[in-house]
Amino acid sequence: MFEAVFQIGLQIGVPVLLLVLGFAVGSFRERRHYRSIIAREAEFRDLPVFSARTAPSIDPPPRTEMVRGNVVISIDYFKRFLAGLRMLFGGRVTAYESLVDRARREAMLRMREQARSRGARFVFNVRVETASISKGAGQALGSVEVVAYGTAVIPATGVA
Amino acid sequence: MILSTLEYVPGRTVARHLGVVQGSTVRAKHIGKDILAGFKNIVGGELKAYTDLLSQAREEALQRMQQQAEAVGANAVLNIRFATSSVAQGAAELLAYGTAVELE
Repeated sequence: MFEAVFQIGLQIGVPVLLLVLGFAVGSFRERRHYRSIIAREAEFRDLPVFSARTAPSIDPPPRTEMVRGNVVISIDYFKRFLAGLRMLFGGRVTAYESLVDRARREAMLRMREQARSRGARFVFNVRVETASISKGAGQALGSVEVVAYGTAVIPATGVA
Repeated sequence: MILSTLEYVPGRTVARHLGVVQGSTVRAKHIGKDILAGFKNIVGGELKAYTDLLSQAREEALQRMQQQAEAVGANAVLNIRFATSSVAQGAAELLAYGTAVELE
C-alpha cells in the first residue's frame, strides 16, 4: 500500500518538480538574458547592421571583413511542456517565440561585437540562419542555433 | 584572401570569375557535453559547448572553402553563404560556399 503511494508520488512528483524548477529558473534566466540583450543593443546603436546587399561607396575605399556570431539556446522544461500542450490545439506558441527571438538577437549582438573589435562602422549584407539542433528524441524542438553573418565595413583611415 | 558576403570589394575590380567554391564539415555532439546539455534542457539557457562546437565547425568549413579557392588561383571569395543540414541524429553538416574571384 505504502509502496504504491510512493510509486505514484514519484511518478507525478518528479515531472512536477521539473516543471517548477524549469519555470522558476527558466523564467529568471530568460528575464536576465533579455535585460542583457536590451542593454547591449543600446550600446551598439552606433554600429548599425543592414541587410542591404551593397554598402555605400566611401572614399577612400573601406576595408571589408566577414564577421559572424552564433549561439545555441535551449528551452526550459516548463516551456517545453506548455508548447507540447499548445501543439494539441494549434495556434501561437509563445514559448518558442521568445526562444528564437533571444537566439537571433544574441547572435546578431555577437556579430556586432566582432565587427566592433575590428574597428567597423557598419555591417552590410547581414544574413541570419536558424537551425534546430536536438530534434528527434522528443520530437519537439528543443534547442535552436542561430548564426548571423555579414560584412563589416572598416574605414580605411581608422578615424571616424 | 578576402572573404566577403558582398558581391564586390570596395575599390577593387574583379578581373576573373573562377566559379563556386565550397567547404563543409560534419560534426557530432560530444557525450560529456550532452549530459550538461541535458541539465540545460530543464532550466533553459545557452548551451555554450554547442555554440563553440558549431563556431569551430563553421571556421573549418570556411578554411576548406579557402583552400579550394586558393587551388583555383583566387585571391577573394565573394557572396559567401552558410548552410546547415542535419545529416543524422546528433550530427550536423555545416557548409560554406561562395564565388571565387581574382581581383585586379
